[in-house]
Amino acid sequence: MHLMYFTEQPMSAYPAQAGLDFGATALMFSNKYFDPVAGSRLYNEYLEHYRLAEEVGFDGIMLNEHHNAPFCMQAKCNVFASILAATTTRVKLVLLGNPLPLADNPVRLAEELAMIDMISRGRLVSGFVRGGGQEQLATGVNPAYNRERFEEAHELIVKTWTEQGPFRWEGTHYQHRVVNPWALPLQKPHPRVWIPGVLSKETIVWAAKKRYPYIALSTAIDATKKIWELYDRVAAETGYQGGPEYRGYLQRCHVAETEEKAMENARQFMWMQGEFTGLAHPVWSSPSGYFSPAMRTAFVEFAVGRRSNPRGAAFEDQIRDQQIIAGTPKTVIPKLRRLLEETRPSILGFWASDGFVSNADTQTCIRLLGQEVLPALRDMGKELGLWSPFEANAPVSLAQPEPARPAGT
Amino acid sequence: MNRYGGDGPPALVLHHDIGAPERPAFYDALARHFTVFAPAHPGYDGSPRPHWMRSVRDMAVVYQGLLAQQPATREPGTVTLIGLGFGGWIAAEMATMAPRAFRRLVLVGAMGLKPERGEIVDQALLSYIDYVRRGFADQTVFDRVFGPEPPTSRLEQWDLNREMTFRIAWKPYMYSPTLPHLLGAVATPTLIVWGAGDHIVPRECGERYAKSLANARLQIVDDAGHFVDMEKPDELASVVWHFVSEV
Repeated sequence: MHLMYFTEQPMSAYPAQAGLDFGATALMFSNKYFDPVAGSRLYNEYLEHYRLAEEVGFDGIMLNEHHNAPFCMQAKCNVFASILAATTTRVKLVLLGNPLPLADNPVRLAEELAMIDMISRGRLVSGFVRGGGQEQLATGVNPAYNRERFEEAHELIVKTWTEQGPFRWEGTHYQHRVVNPWALPLQKPHPRVWIPGVLSKETIVWAAKKRYPYIALSTAIDATKKIWELYDRVAAETGYQGGPEYRGYLQRCHVAETEEKAMENARQFMWMQGEFTGLAHPVWSSPSGYFSPAMRTAFVEFAVGRRSNPRGAAFEDQIRDQQIIAGTPKTVIPKLRRLLEETRPSILGFWASDGFVSNADTQTCIRLLGQEVLPALRDMGKELGLWSPFEANAPVSLAQPEPARPAGT
Repeated sequence: MNRYGGDGPPALVLHHDIGAPERPAFYDALARHFTVFAPAHPGYDGSPRPHWMRSVRDMAVVYQGLLAQQPATREPGTVTLIGLGFGGWIAAEMATMAPRAFRRLVLVGAMGLKPERGEIVDQALLSYIDYVRRGFADQTVFDRVFGPEPPTSRLEQWDLNREMTFRIAWKPYMYSPTLPHLLGAVATPTLIVWGAGDHIVPRECGERYAKSLANARLQIVDDAGHFVDMEKPDELASVVWHFVSEV
């Protein structure tokens, strides 16, 4: 198993009532409510949490980024990855990930990621995402070409990493006269690429066709099983067998010394009304052209208030479906076992706390996870045969059928 | 390009970014004077999406090609070109490509020019219904044209139309920085029409069109918003006909 620590890096110092009054906590919710003094303190607390996670035994630190919203303070995951590359020694730096369509220069991204990989001595896992709907608006990027830009930027980055320059790139959305960066990843054939997602079938199919592990982000168990059915079917059609080394899952899981405390803190996973991306505005979160055409009816009805959020669910439902797990180590371990038995992931991210959970409680949670939960999960992983891509020496991709290793080792 | 109706001199009507309602009253009013051509733009209202298209100028070129194919619209100086809102931007681009090709040009609440003081409303931030409602001075007209609660099928079409608009007019949003420099050469007599209560495109854009074009004047329609054609269909048709009939 590959066990990762994750936090959204909540900007918990903003006035919650102001967000409720405005009716949304994203995109147009004014940054006059951002407090840089609190921001500075929180960034440094989050750095402490990452270092503690390495100390207590996590295998990886999962990072992400979002824009124009208090639910996530990271505006650039490569910044934190750079810091952690130099200040940690063992954990994988798992970026899930860089939002490719938002990049106007994917070659620059390829360079930044190569630098992170070299500075970390080959610990980078470079995930890629499409970016949320409102982030297309926050960065002025055309949502109608989101998927095309994602696919083309990915192709350009992998080519930049694997083919000797200089070469020229004349694509549909990207044109580069000279691609020849003097910064290349330490890992060969190139750093592993994992693809996270929530809803879009297109992304699952794309990842499976590339033979990239897919990381399901806090989906309900039944939905997760459907994801793996689809992934495995596409894998079989593509000519390989799916399985645990291609399956990742991000689990919201808060652990405390008492059940009551754990449940109280777990409610903070709903601090953004249960939305990953803040109190969503139904129009901004789903700009035309961004979402899957198969979901058009659902999203247009959501946009005018005729349907509830296709992405949302109540706290009690999420506890029942185990999208949120909370308790003492003793009570969460059987629930995690159910997750492992039923969905068989080998990559497991722990989204350990959120919102206004205190610094002390978050540190307690990380320690308890490291001391009591992770060892139990490692035993289960062995018992259930849940070998991570690293343990299984899985290929980097269909196109690069070697495992990733630092050059010179 | 099918004929909509009527049997007078030819008029090509270019619809809004939201598409056109079924049997628009404005088209019927125009058809009393003109042979009306009112096709759906490529990629709008059920017409196949041109995946290659990247700009409003591309769209204008496609329309020039369509006009050249029709015996009724082929001859220079015969067609009256009427652009509504976003369609007004397409029409303005067409006029710059062929400065003497049209009999008359009518731009109604046209996008295409960057406002110097205000802003063109960003539909990406508004729901399908809120955006369209913003274009009406009188909300009861919206209710009459689309129904107080437009059916989901209408919303889906608005979404598809919006997606096509994003594909060709995302950045800069709803204007061309080069268009103002090209308008001066247009010799076609032009009428700029603006709803007094247009809250989608600021009136200053109409003033700028009138100033930039060599032979244009601005006329304001009271008690109308951006969708003058839906709020004042008979009045607008009559204004157009009088303009075209002027010696």
